[in-house]
Amino acid sequence: MTAVQTARTSVTRPPIHPPSLLRASATIVWRNLLHIRRMPEMLLDVTVQSVMFVLLFAYVFGGAIAVIGSNYREFLLPGIMVQTMVFSSAIVAMGLTSDLQKGIVDRFKSLPIPRSSVLVGRSISSLIHSSIGVLVMGLTGLLIGWRIRNGVVDGILAFLLLLLFGFALIWLGIWVGSLMRTVEAVQGFMFTVMFPLTFVANTFAPTETMTPWLRTIAEWNPVSALTQACRELWGNGPPAPADAAWPLQNPVMVSVAWSFIFIAIFAPLAVSAFRRRSRD
Amino acid sequence: MTAAPAVEAVELVKHFGDTRAVDDVSFVVPAGSVLGLLGPNGAGKTTLVRMLTTLSVPTSGTGRVAGFDIIEQPNEVRRSMGLTGQAATVDEILTGRENLKLIGALYGLPRKYVAEATERLFARFDLTHAADRMAKTYSGGMRRRLDLAVSLLAAPPILFLDEPTTGLDPMSRSGLWDVLRELVTEGTTLVLTTQYLEEADNLADEIVVVDKGKVIAAGTPTQLKDRAGKASVVVTLTNAADLDAAADLMRAHSPEVHVERGSRRVTAQAGGLGDMTRIAAVFETSGIELDDLGLARPSLDDVFLHLTGHRAETEPDAGASSSDATTEGVPS
Repeated sequence: MTAVQTARTSVTRPPIHPPSLLRASATIVWRNLLHIRRMPEMLLDVTVQSVMFVLLFAYVFGGAIAVIGSNYREFLLPGIMVQTMVFSSAIVAMGLTSDLQKGIVDRFKSLPIPRSSVLVGRSISSLIHSSIGVLVMGLTGLLIGWRIRNGVVDGILAFLLLLLFGFALIWLGIWVGSLMRTVEAVQGFMFTVMFPLTFVANTFAPTETMTPWLRTIAEWNPVSALTQACRELWGNGPPAPADAAWPLQNPVMVSVAWSFIFIAIFAPLAVSAFRRRSRD
Repeated sequence: MTAAPAVEAVELVKHFGDTRAVDDVSFVVPAGSVLGLLGPNGAGKTTLVRMLTTLSVPTSGTGRVAGFDIIEQPNEVRRSMGLTGQAATVDEILTGRENLKLIGALYGLPRKYVAEATERLFARFDLTHAADRMAKTYSGGMRRRLDLAVSLLAAPPILFLDEPTTGLDPMSRSGLWDVLRELVTEGTTLVLTTQYLEEADNLADEIVVVDKGKVIAAGTPTQLKDRAGKASVVVTLTNAADLDAAADLMRAHSPEVHVERGSRRVTAQAGGLGDMTRIAAVFETSGIELDDLGLARPSLDDVFLHLTGHRAETEPDAGASSSDATTEGVPS
């Protein structure tokens, strides 16, 4: 009897306690963060690249861009932070496509875990990824003269707005990531969308001097509302000029609204695209 | 053990748009046995495995794994089986040990068990020396072994392997075969897909031949070979001078005898092992010296050609050796 049992040790099953959504997601976050620790170069996009942007704009273009009622470096920092947050949708999309492509998602799906944990884990780790970028940005900003001037509550509110907006755009990333087959395709697509989205806005230059039609687009760009909201909450610049479009007059409320609109549009699209991809 | 089959496919169908990737496939795998799903690229083998392992939802039909329905009880199915996919789906950035830790946590296995099982599996698969290296530094064979270790962590009674040795060198391939045979002796049920006839022949108790989404034949390797033609006894003589005498002796036991003078071979159509032993006995007393005496069956390659009209592997030289036969020989 003992002999038989020894011979069969490997089919004597251990106790399996399938994890909850929270625990499974946390495990997947641990795995994704381990990737970042192993390959710190994954963070280049939100660290070195963003710092380079700050320095380029602050010192190369800064002198040529006149901002009324503020110094350009203070004006610039919120814009760069918003850009960093917007790019988290590209990060989530590339990560998801890579896992789909390499069969890691299949491996996860063959396990007794809630399937949504793959998406939840990916979203959380992407938000952490972008937050590291925002942190680096903040520290760089402090070095070159950026300050939070309106008190702690408003300061924190601005960071929460950034996170909410990033979270909303993550669904766009999941949607794109589920639809596309290769990381290269995702990268090409997302950057084509993200660059105009973050540049045709008040992020790097004031909108007042743009030609009227471009100014209208820029001021209705959700990225502009969020940037304006951060500037006002941190005290980094004057309120929007009186002739600016309505969203810039109510930037905090509009940023929150855009975030929820994005979630309402992209979350269902993302979940159904991921499901469809997961059925085949 | 139990009479219930380990795996069942019940009229499984999967369409991708207009393509019928899997078209009404049914089979039963008894517990503790090895089923080989044999077929060329694009035959639908992978889709079949994906449906049975709950990765893909069937268009119609269903399946049962360890008695659980793949559509109604996917989570029970996932707890009962392990899967080694076509590409070794290990996390390259994680170390070997971390890969097992990750999967252990996702099964909710006790940490202590995972740590012990990791040591045991790594020792078994010869990965202990590489346990703390990132998987991207592993060779192809090591990745496969790590993938297999990951699949075996929760000691599943049923293991699905999708082309487990594709892309491996012959050494790693036969090493993996040994591991799989060991698993079977321990009681694991295996369902494996392969394009290699040799692999199915070596490992499987039962072979299901799939082509263009349909089952075109099923049976034991021997049964399938019998369908492609009769076996024959092949005698190689030491001296060419004995050829005619040998042929006469064999004619007494077989309706059809061929003499190949160049290779000093006499071939006689035979029913099986019984005929071979009879002929061997005759030569024993005849005084004719033999280099070799053996039973040749048509290979699975011949079977595949016979069933589908095309070869299983499209290697350029495959056509030239179509009449190759495997010899289950007794040296004389």
